[in-house]
Amino acid sequence: MSVEYIGLNKIEGPLVAIEGVEGASFDEIVEITNSEGEKRLGRIIEIYGDKSIVQVFEGTENYSLTNTTIRLTGKPLEIPMSREILGRVLDGVGRPIDGLGDIFPDEMREVNGSPINPVARVYPNNYIQTGISSIDCLATLIRGQKLPIFSGNGMPHDILAVQIVKQAKIAEDSGQEFAVVFAAMGVKHDVEAYFRDAFEQSGVLHKVVMFVNLLDDPIVERIVTPRAALTAAEYLAFKCNMHILVIMTDMTSYAEAVREISSSKGEIPSRKGYPGYLYSDLASLYERAGLVEGSSGSITQIPILTVPNDDITHPIPDLTGYITEGQIVLDKSLHLRSVYPPIAILPSLSRLMKDGIGEGFTRKDHVPLANQLFASYAKVMDARALASVIGEEELSPVDKQYMEFGREFEKRFIGQGKNENRSIFQTLNLGWQLLGLLPVDELDRLEQSVIDEFYSKTQVIL
Amino acid sequence: MAIVKQMGKAQAEGYIYGINGPVIKAKGSNEFRMLEVVYVGKEKLIGEVISVDDTETTIQVYEDTTGLTVGEPIVSYGSLMSVTLAPGIIGNIFDGIERPLNVIKEQTGVLITRGIQLSSVDLEKKWDAEFIVSVGDKVSFGTIIATVRETESIVNKVMIPFGVEGIVKSVLKNGQYNVAETIVTVETASGEEIAVNMMQEFPIRTPRPVMYRERMVRPLITGQRIIDALLPISKGGAAAIPGGFGTGKTMTQHQLAKWCDADIIVYIGCGERGNEMTQVLEEFSKLVDPKTGNLLLNRTVLIANTSNMPVAAREASIYTGVAIAEYYRDMGYHVAIMADSTSRWAEALREISGRLEEMPAEEGFPAYLASRLAAFYERAGYMHNLNGTEGSITIIGAVSPQGGDFSEPVTQSTKRFTRCFFSLDKNLAYARHYPAINWLDSYSEYIDELTPWFNENVSPDFMLERTKFMDILQEENSLMEIVKLIGSDILPDDQKLVLEIARIIRLGFLQQNAFHDVDTYVPLKKQMLMMKTISYLYEKAKELLKLNITIGQLRESGIYDDVIKMKYNIDNEDFEPFEKLNAKIENEVNRIKTDNGYTN
Repeated sequence: MSVEYIGLNKIEGPLVAIEGVEGASFDEIVEITNSEGEKRLGRIIEIYGDKSIVQVFEGTENYSLTNTTIRLTGKPLEIPMSREILGRVLDGVGRPIDGLGDIFPDEMREVNGSPINPVARVYPNNYIQTGISSIDCLATLIRGQKLPIFSGNGMPHDILAVQIVKQAKIAEDSGQEFAVVFAAMGVKHDVEAYFRDAFEQSGVLHKVVMFVNLLDDPIVERIVTPRAALTAAEYLAFKCNMHILVIMTDMTSYAEAVREISSSKGEIPSRKGYPGYLYSDLASLYERAGLVEGSSGSITQIPILTVPNDDITHPIPDLTGYITEGQIVLDKSLHLRSVYPPIAILPSLSRLMKDGIGEGFTRKDHVPLANQLFASYAKVMDARALASVIGEEELSPVDKQYMEFGREFEKRFIGQGKNENRSIFQTLNLGWQLLGLLPVDELDRLEQSVIDEFYSKTQVIL
Repeated sequence: MAIVKQMGKAQAEGYIYGINGPVIKAKGSNEFRMLEVVYVGKEKLIGEVISVDDTETTIQVYEDTTGLTVGEPIVSYGSLMSVTLAPGIIGNIFDGIERPLNVIKEQTGVLITRGIQLSSVDLEKKWDAEFIVSVGDKVSFGTIIATVRETESIVNKVMIPFGVEGIVKSVLKNGQYNVAETIVTVETASGEEIAVNMMQEFPIRTPRPVMYRERMVRPLITGQRIIDALLPISKGGAAAIPGGFGTGKTMTQHQLAKWCDADIIVYIGCGERGNEMTQVLEEFSKLVDPKTGNLLLNRTVLIANTSNMPVAAREASIYTGVAIAEYYRDMGYHVAIMADSTSRWAEALREISGRLEEMPAEEGFPAYLASRLAAFYERAGYMHNLNGTEGSITIIGAVSPQGGDFSEPVTQSTKRFTRCFFSLDKNLAYARHYPAINWLDSYSEYIDELTPWFNENVSPDFMLERTKFMDILQEENSLMEIVKLIGSDILPDDQKLVLEIARIIRLGFLQQNAFHDVDTYVPLKKQMLMMKTISYLYEKAKELLKLNITIGQLRESGIYDDVIKMKYNIDNEDFEPFEKLNAKIENEVNRIKTDNGYTN
């Protein structure tokens, strides 16, 4: 395996072609050394006869057809794994960049992972209290879920992510450890610094492992970054039985890197220039969340993506929404009205919440209350649309009540402080209080028994 | 899938020359046949030949190709990509090429590794066979020779495999046999003696031959009001459920799989979430089938190629599912296939096509997308089988249009090949109106064919009520255009009444709560009574209008709420409360008349 090949055949962007290579295997890692002795890693992405195409992780600057040698390693990309990675900062391919020395590996793991057998999955039904009313009540996060935040530029998705990390009661009462795996893909230096400071201030830094590929780092490495992070998450969750929260930001940069490489490979594009396999590619990341038999750990994913041009039908949010188990959508108009967190209730959804809330989990009125709040808030939108045409004064009395309900709901229920941590009971009671602004015969999603037990009672307390 | 050791001598041998993701180029032999199974590399990964020319053969591999090297061997044994059909399929969960995921878990643990060759069904398990044929009987493809109780709900009828025809030479006694044992021998016209067991193979891409197609005059009863009453589908029909993410495609499919009155459900999770398959598996092993009283899993086959499993196997999973369905149809069963989602299958097709550097048509999809979709949906139908039995396959395919845009090629092609279109609406889903099937954009072309059945088996009023409902909903839609501009207050009372009745139809009838014990499945009789009750309310309210009594008084009486909540408050078996409810409507209306100075 130590045969070295001198010279390249072709260089195009991050891709190089080599010829006359024997025994190259698909997806294997190669080491490329240039005349200055600088070593870079690459991966074989296509083989035809004795020709291979190699994707170079750190970019091809300074390469000529003659000044490089290539050595095959015979292995796909593996990264060292050990419990000691907690508290460390690694680059996109898992090499330490915090100056604290190498990681002494407990084992080497292939970054691509293998699909989890659906039969071996455990269906997630344990809710995580985030202390944020709109999430806990209306798009409940479940342990083992993948719930992305769809945001836009200029919106406080980073602040929200940090608040979730700080407040999430992810491992309480199970006596298990909790850790955060943070994958930064093409984020700005100051965003990375913000997360690092926030983790430090909240005292969780020693429980965080960061995989960092910044905005000006090579894009091929960006493709590997989330895979390396998820490999670490799998190791910590399923081998060390820890509860892991994975924050991946920014998925848009990741998908753009996939597109860039696809186009330099000359592949046929599908929508907006993204390759046809973007769905499978994203799925190979998102599907690595979950719980499995034989391990008490879990992987919960919160990918963050800045929706290009706030267009939720753009391929990246669109394909993500088809794979993930719901989404939390941030809304610009709420943000402009200084509502924090600016969570757009109607398009936000948690697919797994139905099995993790209600009696035995949160409280038995949670499901009907959430349904009623959704339905009532949807009517607020109708009333607002009408008011924008005929003026609020002209609305019917019921519609006026809806307008009032909408304002209060946004201010008091959706809106909360950046350090405000509400318990689920506080959240639910607040929801009932707000429904009190509406006449009881408008509450068409509630059964009489629920109205009697909760609606009327809360109103009396008021 | 067959296992290697049964295959005997290699039919063609070559070696790997090129690798590009799941697509492999092979050299060294021009003996490979189109669509046959090949075993690739030292690990013997399963693949299928997809094109052949005189210098090289193109193969799609159903497993991850990481680590393959040029020069590794490729072997074929001359069999087409096939499914193994035998007792033991029902209640099981398979991957896209019919490998049992339970057994894979026992062998490799939580993760699915590569190069696993397994028999699809348990070869050791003994089944209680009762023979139907006797020595001297004439048999041919499809003839039922024995019955085996496969699960509590399903009797497997052991049939003569394809290509075997002749006179029964020997039959074993009734008793316990495994699927590989010879139970019958058949002497063909040429004097050859063929051993028949309970297991057969059939190529997945070839439809099983039938005698002829029957008319599709029986509905698939689903217990879901909007489908049964407004958009009925025939047994043997095909339906598409398109919808953006979060609109409830999967939920609708789950509801249909749980409650529809097919004998067997084939649920294909094609490129969807792993947790969803786990959920189906868990729920179906607890829920009871209202028809048979047995567990739902006893009538269900699951095929799972989740979105992170190899993409080539995704393309195969749809065919694997339909080939299994056709096997049970030939036994005389009504089978319903839930394919979630056909868009992922189309994308798999696109991905492979892209790697083959084929000329793309629309949005990168290959030009043969439409013909492949057509071929799939045409395998649905109500068939008269070769063995004289009747069975049907109903295909219900979810479509996940990119960006929720129904003009994309998969939705458009599917629309042409199916006759039911259950269009899921994002706005309804946002308002948590489930099922979020838009009653105006959706259609069913089976209504005329099914009307006689409903007239005969439910009531001649059923279709009449349906028409009334559709009229009210249509009218509501046009009135809403006005309301959006100027508010509902200025409408005349008769139009306000239409809006109110339409609201009752939407909330009380169309909206159905899948998590409510009573509401999750509603028998046709109750659906009918619900429709009649709403119509009765409408008729009675119109009487008030004739007397110039404002409609607000009826609304304030609270009767609307009683009608809306009848779906929860009235049981699925005891319909007496409907009479009381109707009486209450009458009383309220009479009271209002009296209050306004009219006497009855």
